[in-house]
Amino acid sequence: MYAFEIDRPTTLAAAVEAMGAEEAQALGGGQTLIPTLKQRLASPARLVSLAGIAELQGVCKDDAGRVCIGSATTHATVAKEAAGDYPALAALAGGIGDPAVRNRGTIGGSLANNDPAACYPSAALASGATIVTNTREIAADDFFDGMFTTALEEGEIITEVKFPVPEKANYQKFEQPASRFALTGVFVAKYADGVRVAVTGASEDGVFRWTEAEEALSANFSPDAVAGLSVSADDMIADLHGTKEYRAHLVNVLTRRAVAAA
Amino acid sequence: MPKDHGIGASDKRREDVRFLTGKGRYTDDINLPGQAYVAFLRSDVAHGKLNNVDTAAASGMPGVLRIFTGADFEGVGGLPCGWQVTDRHGNVMQEPGHPVLAQGKVRHVGDPIAAVVAETYEQARDAAEAISLDIDELPAVVDMKEAVKDGAPKVHDDLTSNLCYDWGFVEDNREAVDQAIKNAAHVTTLELTNQRLVANPMEPRVAVGDYAAHDDSSTLYTTSQNPHVIRLLMGAFVLGIPEHKLRVVAPDVGGGFGTKIFHYAEEAFCTFAAKQLKRAVKWTATRSEAFMSDAHGRDHVTKIELALDKDGMFQALRTETYANMGAYLSTFAPSVPTWLHGTLMAGNYKTPLIYVNVKAVFTNTVPVDAYRGAGRPEATFQLERVIDKAARELGVDPIELRRKNFITEFPYATPVAVEYDTGNYNATMDKLIEIADFAGFDARRAESEKRGKLRGLGVNCYIEACGIAPSQLVGQLGARAGLYESATVRVNATGGLVVMTGSHSHGQGHETTFPQVIAEMIGIDANMVEIVHGDTANTPMGMGTYGSRSLAVGGSAMVRATEKIIAKAKKIAAHLMEASEGDIELKEGKFSVAGTDKSVAWGDVCLAAYVPHNYPLDQIEPGLEETSFYDPSNFTYPAGAYACEVEVDPDTGKVTIERFAAADDFGNIVNPMIVSGQVHGGLAQGIGQALLEGCSYDENGQLISASYMDYAMPRASDVPFYTVDHSCQTPCTHNPLGVKGCGEAGAIGSPPAVVNAVVDALQRAGKSNVTHIDMPLSPARVWAAMQG
Amino acid sequence: MTTVNMTVNGKAVSGDVEGRTLLVEFLRGPLGLTGTHVGCDTSQCGACVVHVNGEAVKSCTMFAAEADGAEVATIEGMANADGSLSTIQQAFQDHHGLQCGFCTPGMVMSAAALLKDNPKPSEAEIRAYLEGNICRCTGYHNIVKAILAASGQDADAIAAE
Repeated sequence: MYAFEIDRPTTLAAAVEAMGAEEAQALGGGQTLIPTLKQRLASPARLVSLAGIAELQGVCKDDAGRVCIGSATTHATVAKEAAGDYPALAALAGGIGDPAVRNRGTIGGSLANNDPAACYPSAALASGATIVTNTREIAADDFFDGMFTTALEEGEIITEVKFPVPEKANYQKFEQPASRFALTGVFVAKYADGVRVAVTGASEDGVFRWTEAEEALSANFSPDAVAGLSVSADDMIADLHGTKEYRAHLVNVLTRRAVAAA
Repeated sequence: MPKDHGIGASDKRREDVRFLTGKGRYTDDINLPGQAYVAFLRSDVAHGKLNNVDTAAASGMPGVLRIFTGADFEGVGGLPCGWQVTDRHGNVMQEPGHPVLAQGKVRHVGDPIAAVVAETYEQARDAAEAISLDIDELPAVVDMKEAVKDGAPKVHDDLTSNLCYDWGFVEDNREAVDQAIKNAAHVTTLELTNQRLVANPMEPRVAVGDYAAHDDSSTLYTTSQNPHVIRLLMGAFVLGIPEHKLRVVAPDVGGGFGTKIFHYAEEAFCTFAAKQLKRAVKWTATRSEAFMSDAHGRDHVTKIELALDKDGMFQALRTETYANMGAYLSTFAPSVPTWLHGTLMAGNYKTPLIYVNVKAVFTNTVPVDAYRGAGRPEATFQLERVIDKAARELGVDPIELRRKNFITEFPYATPVAVEYDTGNYNATMDKLIEIADFAGFDARRAESEKRGKLRGLGVNCYIEACGIAPSQLVGQLGARAGLYESATVRVNATGGLVVMTGSHSHGQGHETTFPQVIAEMIGIDANMVEIVHGDTANTPMGMGTYGSRSLAVGGSAMVRATEKIIAKAKKIAAHLMEASEGDIELKEGKFSVAGTDKSVAWGDVCLAAYVPHNYPLDQIEPGLEETSFYDPSNFTYPAGAYACEVEVDPDTGKVTIERFAAADDFGNIVNPMIVSGQVHGGLAQGIGQALLEGCSYDENGQLISASYMDYAMPRASDVPFYTVDHSCQTPCTHNPLGVKGCGEAGAIGSPPAVVNAVVDALQRAGKSNVTHIDMPLSPARVWAAMQG
Repeated sequence: MTTVNMTVNGKAVSGDVEGRTLLVEFLRGPLGLTGTHVGCDTSQCGACVVHVNGEAVKSCTMFAAEADGAEVATIEGMANADGSLSTIQQAFQDHHGLQCGFCTPGMVMSAAALLKDNPKPSEAEIRAYLEGNICRCTGYHNIVKAILAASGQDADAIAAE
C-alpha cells in the first residue's frame, strides 16, 4: 500500500470536514477498498473511517414505514436487525461474502463502490430505495451510473439508505465460483403499485432493472409470467466464469426462482 | 479391534498442540536482527526483449540498500533442471537457461526482472515501482499446438524451436499399437484437456537469507519440502557455495503439494543478496505474487484411443499429449509428463500394447512442474474417462468392463516399463460397491428427480507409482539425482530416541507416525521418540517429501537404522546377561534370554552403551547411534476404486457432489486417522480440479486467474463428508513396512469419478450427445454442454 | 505515525502504527503474535481471522488504527487458563482437523465465533459459516467434524449419515 493517513471522526460533521482534504476517500468497512489498496490500485492521501460515527449506525423504521439503514451499518447487523421488517433484504445481507467480511463490510461502502457483482445495489434498485447523503437524497434509479460509478460527488458521504418495504420480495444469488460474488443476482420486489426487478452481476453497465419482467410480473406475479421472456445477451459480461448467453439465461432462471420464493 | 498404540493405532498428532495454540514456527515467523526486505519487480508482459533496466532514480529512494538486476547474476549459475529426458529419436531434450533475474528477455508474466532490497518492504516496493524498464513487447505463445508450428515466436532464441522434447514410449511398440488399433473391433477416441492448476498451499512461499561473516557461511530459511535438495541445487549449481558453508532450514511449512519441491529464484536471490549486503534478507510472497511465481501443475492436452476386441477386452492404447513446460524448465518438470505419466498408462488393466507420445512445449507462461499426483492424475484421468466412454459406446456396464480387464496376477510387468509387485483390484471394487451403497442409487436418483435435479453416478479405478524412487532406475530415465532417503537414529543414554530424517513433514504428521513405528519395533512408548527434520545442519542428506514417499522410503530408512540399533543393543544385552547373542529377544522394551527368566530393560542397555563399564569393547564401540540410507528396489503401487454421486441443476448447470466414496489399497497402515485425512485432502483437491479450479491465460499471455477472485478454491460447502476405506491391504512386497503411500491417491483418483458422474447424470437425462466436458465442470460449461 | 492502544488477549498493549499498517501486521510484528497468518491478499482465505470486540474479522482487511481501543483476541489467547487446549482446540486435535496448521488459527477463531452465536450448528450451517476460511489440506471433512464435536454433537454419527 502507498502511505496515507487515517482519520477516525466520531461525528458526521467531522467526517464531512475531513473529506474536504486533498485526495481524501471515505473508508467504510474496507472489505473491498483494502484489497484494492494492497494492489496499489488506489492512492488516497487520507482515509476517513466512518466506522466510529454513531449517527451512521443502525437499522430503524421511519414514519413512512421505510426500513432505514445507517450507511456504516455492517452486513451482519442488517442481516440480524432487518430480518423482521424486510426479510429479503436481511437475507441478502446475510449472504454477502463470509461471516468475517459481513462483520466489517457496510451498506454504504457497498453502494458507493457499486461493484457490478455486488449484492446490495440490486436490493436498493429493486426496492426503489432512497440513498441519503450529507447533502441530498438520491433515488436509487438515479444513483447507479454503470460499473463502479455512482451519482456521488467528490467528498459526498452516504449517510443512510431508506428502503420502502415490499409486500413480497426475494433475492437469488448465483455465485461466481471463485470470488463468491454474484455471477448473476436478481432481486424481485412486489409493491402495491407494481413489481420491480433488479439484476446484478450480469451486465457490463452494472446493476439494471429488467423492465420487461417487471411489467409481466406486475400483471401476473408468478414464475410462469417471465418464463418466455429473455434479456438481451449483448450487454452482458463475458469472462472465465460465464458467457454473455449464460448470464442472460441465469437472469431468467433466477427471476423465476425469486418470484417463486418471494 | 483397532490398536491403541504402535503401528495401526490412530495416535493423535503431537504437532497439533503447537499449531492449535499459535506456536507453529513458519518461515515468515522468522525475523532476524537487522533483516532487510526484498520486493521483486516482475514482468507484466508475457514476452519481451529487455533492452534496459534503469535503476538510477530508484536507487536513491528512502531505505533502499541495493537494487539487483540480471547483470548482477551474470557470473552466477542459472536455476538447474534435475531431469533430462531423451526423446524418441535418441536426442536429449532442449534445455534453456533459467537466470535468477531476467537477462535479455522476459518470458512470462511474473518473470523477475529486478530485486530491490530496502529497510522495509514498502520502501522496497516503492523503489521497485520507480525502476524504469525499456522492454520491446514480443508476440507471446500461449497455446501449445500453436507454439510448435513453424514460424511461431520462440520463447528461447537459442533453441531450435519451442519443442522441449518429443518422447515416445515405448517407441518399439509404436507400429504394433498402430496396427492393433487399425484392426480392432472397436476403438474409442477421446480428446481432452487436463487443465493448468495452481497448487495453492495456504502458506505462500517465503525465503530468508542470512550470512555469517565470521565463518563465511550462508543460511537459507525457506518454505521447502526438501531442504537438502535446495542446498544441493542452489549451492552447487547456482551460487557456488559448498554444502559445508550452506545450511538450508525448512521449518514448519504450511502445505506443499509439490509446488514447494522446486528450487526457486527467490531462494537463490535472498541467499546471494544476504552475502553481498552482509545482512539478512527476507522475501514473503503475496498470494498474487504466488500465482505468477509458484510453479503450476498439469496443463496437458491429450488425444487417447482405446482399442477393444468384440468381447470388450482391451487390445491397445495410444495417447498423444502436449505437455506445457511454461517458459523455463522447473526442477523436475521434464519428468512429470514422461516417467510419472507414461509409465502409468496401463492403469489397473492388462492392455498388451501401449504407446505414449508426449510433446513437451515451451510457452510464455509460468513454468509447470509437479502438483499433487504429478503425471499420474493426467494418466488416470484420460484412461478412466476413455474406458467410461467405451463402456457407453458398447452398451456395457462400466464396472464389468473394468473388471474383465483387471490385472489379477502379480507381479505384473506392464508394457510401459514398470512391474506392479502386488494388488487386488477386484477387492477394492467390491469394497467400493459396498461402502458407496450402489444398491441405493436408484432410490436416491428418483428422489433427486422429484426436486428437479439430475443425478449421476461415476466410478473409476486408479493406480499410482509412489515411494519415489529406485535410484538406479530413475538414473537410467534421466534423473540427475538419487531418490533414496536417510535416517539417523540416535538413542540417548537414558533410552529416549531422536530420529533425524531427510523426509520433511508439512502436514503429513511424521512427528507422530514415525515414532509409532519405532515404538512398535522396540516396544516402548511412542513419546520416547522425537523426530527432527527440515534442517540440513542436523539431519543426514535426504531427498525430502513428495511422491507419497515419506513412509515408504524415509520410513524404511528409519526402520533399517533402528534394526541396526536393535542388533547392536542385542549384543550389549547378551553381554550384560552373559548369554549368547542369538538367544536374545526384544519384546515390550525388554531384552530377554530365550527360555530363561533373565531380562534386562531397554533403558539399561542404552545406559550401558554410553557408560561402558561392563561392555564388550573388544567387539563393539560404545554409543548407540545408527544411520541408514534406503534406496527402494521398486516403486510402490497404491490402487483403488472411487465413486462419486452428483446432482446437476438442469437450469443452471451447477454440479453438487452428493456422495463420494473411496476404497484404497495402501498396503499396511501406520496411523489410520492420518491416512484418512490424507485421502480427504486429496479428494478435495481432485474435486476442486473437476469442478472449480483452472488457471487461465488470455491469448497475449496475461494471467486471467491471478488471485482467489478468479481462481476458485474449494470451500467447505463445495464438498460432502467422504466415505473412505482402506481395509483392502496388499502389503508392498519390497519395503520393510509393507507400506505404499497415501498422499496423492485422492487427487489422482477423484477427477474422473466426478466427470464420469456428471456425464452419467446428463446421459440419463437424455443428453446422449454429451460424452465429455472439459474440467473444470463449471456451471457455465455444464449448462453450455446441455444446450449443445 | 499514530499511537494505538488495545487489549490483546486480555493484555493492554500499545504501539505506533502508520495509517496503512494492517491489524495483522501489528499483531505479527511489534506484538510478536505470529499465530495469526496471512494466506491471501483478497480477503478470502481467512488464515488471519481474529476477534475484534467479540466478532470474527479478517485482520488482514482492517487497519491497526481502526482497532484502537478494541478488545482483540487471537489464537494465542484461546487455550484454557491452565494452558490446556480449549474445547474447540481439543476437538480439532481429536478429529484430526488440521494438517499443515497454517489455516488452523483462522479456522479455530471462526469456529469459536460460530459456536458463540449458534451453539449447535448443523453440518450445513458449519460449512456455510466457513465460506471465508480456506483449507487446502483436510478437505474440510475433519474440520466440520471437529466443530460438530466441539458443540457436543455426535460427529462420527453425523458424518456417517
